[in-house]
Amino acid sequence: MLIVALGWLLVESWVIRPAVIQTLATGGVQPTANVAFQYLEIRNIAAGVLPDTHASEAVLIAVERYKSLTSTASKLFAALFLVVGVSGFVYSYRRISAQFPAREQVEKFVRFFLLASSTVAILTTLSIVMALVVEALLFFKHVPLLDFLFGIKWSPQVAIRADQVGSSGAFGAIPLFAGTLLIALIAMLVAVPIGLFSAIYLSEYARPSVRHIAKPMLEILAGIPTVVYGFFAALTVAPMVVKASAAIGLSASSESALAAGLVMGVMIIPFISSLSDDVISAIPTSLRLGSLAMGATRSETIRKVILPAALPGIMGAILLAVSRAIGETMIVVMAAGLAANLTANPLESVTTVTAQIVTILVGDQEFDSPKTLAAFALGLTLFCVTLVLNFIALKIVRTYEERYD
Amino acid sequence: MLTTDKKRLQKRHRAETRFRAYGVLSLMAAAGILFTLIYSIVSSGYTAFYRTTLLLDIELNAERIDVTPPYSRNALMQGRYSSLVKSALYAQFPEVTDRRARRELSSLLSPGAELAVRDYLIDHPDSLGTTIALEVPMSSDFDQLYKEHLPRSGENIRFSGQQLQWFDRLLEEGRIAYRFNTQFLFGGDSRYPELAGIAGAVAGSFFALLVCFLLSFPLGIAAATYLEEFAPKTRLTRIIEANINNLAAVPSVIFGLLGLAIFLNVFGLPRSTPLVGGIVLSLMTLPTIIIATRASIRSVSPGIRQAGLAMGASPVQVVFHHVLPVAMPGTLTGTIIGLAQALGETAPLLMIGMVAFIANVPTTPMDPSAALPVQIFLWAESAERGFVEKTSAAIMVIMMFLIMMNLLAVIIRTRTQGKSKVE
Repeated sequence: MLIVALGWLLVESWVIRPAVIQTLATGGVQPTANVAFQYLEIRNIAAGVLPDTHASEAVLIAVERYKSLTSTASKLFAALFLVVGVSGFVYSYRRISAQFPAREQVEKFVRFFLLASSTVAILTTLSIVMALVVEALLFFKHVPLLDFLFGIKWSPQVAIRADQVGSSGAFGAIPLFAGTLLIALIAMLVAVPIGLFSAIYLSEYARPSVRHIAKPMLEILAGIPTVVYGFFAALTVAPMVVKASAAIGLSASSESALAAGLVMGVMIIPFISSLSDDVISAIPTSLRLGSLAMGATRSETIRKVILPAALPGIMGAILLAVSRAIGETMIVVMAAGLAANLTANPLESVTTVTAQIVTILVGDQEFDSPKTLAAFALGLTLFCVTLVLNFIALKIVRTYEERYD
Repeated sequence: MLTTDKKRLQKRHRAETRFRAYGVLSLMAAAGILFTLIYSIVSSGYTAFYRTTLLLDIELNAERIDVTPPYSRNALMQGRYSSLVKSALYAQFPEVTDRRARRELSSLLSPGAELAVRDYLIDHPDSLGTTIALEVPMSSDFDQLYKEHLPRSGENIRFSGQQLQWFDRLLEEGRIAYRFNTQFLFGGDSRYPELAGIAGAVAGSFFALLVCFLLSFPLGIAAATYLEEFAPKTRLTRIIEANINNLAAVPSVIFGLLGLAIFLNVFGLPRSTPLVGGIVLSLMTLPTIIIATRASIRSVSPGIRQAGLAMGASPVQVVFHHVLPVAMPGTLTGTIIGLAQALGETAPLLMIGMVAFIANVPTTPMDPSAALPVQIFLWAESAERGFVEKTSAAIMVIMMFLIMMNLLAVIIRTRTQGKSKVE
């Protein structure tokens, strides 16, 4: 039954839609890139939402076609529903018997379904790798791998404007890598001290009442959508950076790496603090008590006993945070700018891998131009780097957890 | 000797206080930033829930609207209202006759003014032929002027001296009012800030989350159940587990690339639709749900399982009738948190084309539409001053939804905790 219902949705997009658009074409209206919107207009007119007077003759014919097609389709589907329902009933009625092991059959099916669903994760990973590798290989046909990885000039627009596919476009990704690292570095400079000290304070010093307020506060910081952080960076922090640097006699770009990095750091604070909190809480109390019993102050205990013991776990947390920082997209798209400058000056505008992927792919895409394919090559690089970082981090955290279990 | 000891102890205690202060300072820094963020959003956004209107006496003349009886809804939809509104405005300033001055005058009004008249007439067809007093929206610049977001003087001033005089006179006559902006909450997107609404984006997000929930909830529970209850400890199981952990940390842009390359290009699903958005988001939520469900299945006491098996139930029956219902609160909490993350996700939706300008409010998951975070991005990127407050207000709306979802999760968690204590 569900399959039939799904079929209903598919018929709409695969049968009616092309038919209507074809009517439109025979009526003399060329389907443009905005076919989806023309179709939407037709549907709106058919539903009476839009007035039909401004519409052209061809559109009106298409509207009629749409109306007749939908009514036929709904009749057909009513019949189909009935047939499937009745035949299903008859089939199952026939098979009811004392010998039929219904439960085992059902359970076999259920187990198979469970196994199948757990492989969805693998399928997802496989299709990510497939998609990225296939398109990236196409890209490397245009641009050699080494030029991409070690070139120092990035200007994908050039190739499009000169209309020389792949021959002269500059696809050196070093400025993007440098920009990504610069912003991630600034973010870590903000997030690691604040996050780590918050975690230490919360797990070692804070009274329960403080913890009850501070933990949800950090959770709120973690739950804020990145697009909100991006807006905050562009609206509030970037002007502040410009003003502050003007006050000390420097000129900052209105889209500076500093503003994006600072806000990204704020975004990562809760990530670091909650991971380090877990790590610090996992340290056996005996270590703590031993140190205190020797007359060490609490801060000495933390610095000389707990932190060294927790160090691998904290390193893992920081690595995970770095991988998150370089994969973060919206903040840099909205606050870091698009100029591919190769610079270490945080007051200048830089661009990142993720920001380039988004700017390349938002809007029209041509899957034969190296510009569009470059986004997939960048995506593949990003995927590999974050995968390696996560892998190492998880490994560190895991071995660490086992040590104190 | 004693004094040096004392000095050393004092030094150590000072270090202790300092260390403690660092902790307090970092927490306060985090709190301060959070407060600044919320303050800057709310202070720049709350005005978007109001808009400035102008009271005009509009003569609903059938001839000038260009409609003939019978006055059907369709006929009224296509009437011309622009000249009605303009002459009502000119009537306020009889001394302005010059064409250029009149054009300047009419820029006080929003293009939505005529639509307001049209909608009024459609709701009250009887009023045709009478003169009505109607509050119509003012243009974005004057809306911003009233809200004191735009300066009256200085560089880059957007108003002529004459326009300011007119504005002040209307203000003195009490014709300018400040009303709750229902169009912002219930209307679709618009090129004009004063007419833009978030209903389209909210509906788009709703459909995307619906698709996401329908896919990821059953799949997530099934996968978690298999891994936790039935999976043999084989290589395949280990690979699946590693995969799930890794997927949880893959950057969201990558999922956008996946959606673009696989769902749009290979499967040919329609662009810009919440359907594709929901599918992509469900792949991202799946790891969260699986991890949460596994944790809550693991915490179900083995007694329940053994009791079920001892009563002769099959392993599948035990899981579905006893373990999963007990684990359900944890699963639900995880699902809600996963959906809340999905609601805020922007980058993957940008790449599957949910950024197009769409003024319609979508009615099915197959309609092209925007989503709330994408709408925020679009408005944040537009140059018009009037969109700044809309962006902040949209952020307030999305944060409200997020808070509600998280509260729901907290309520489910605390209620079940209370229950298990009673038992």
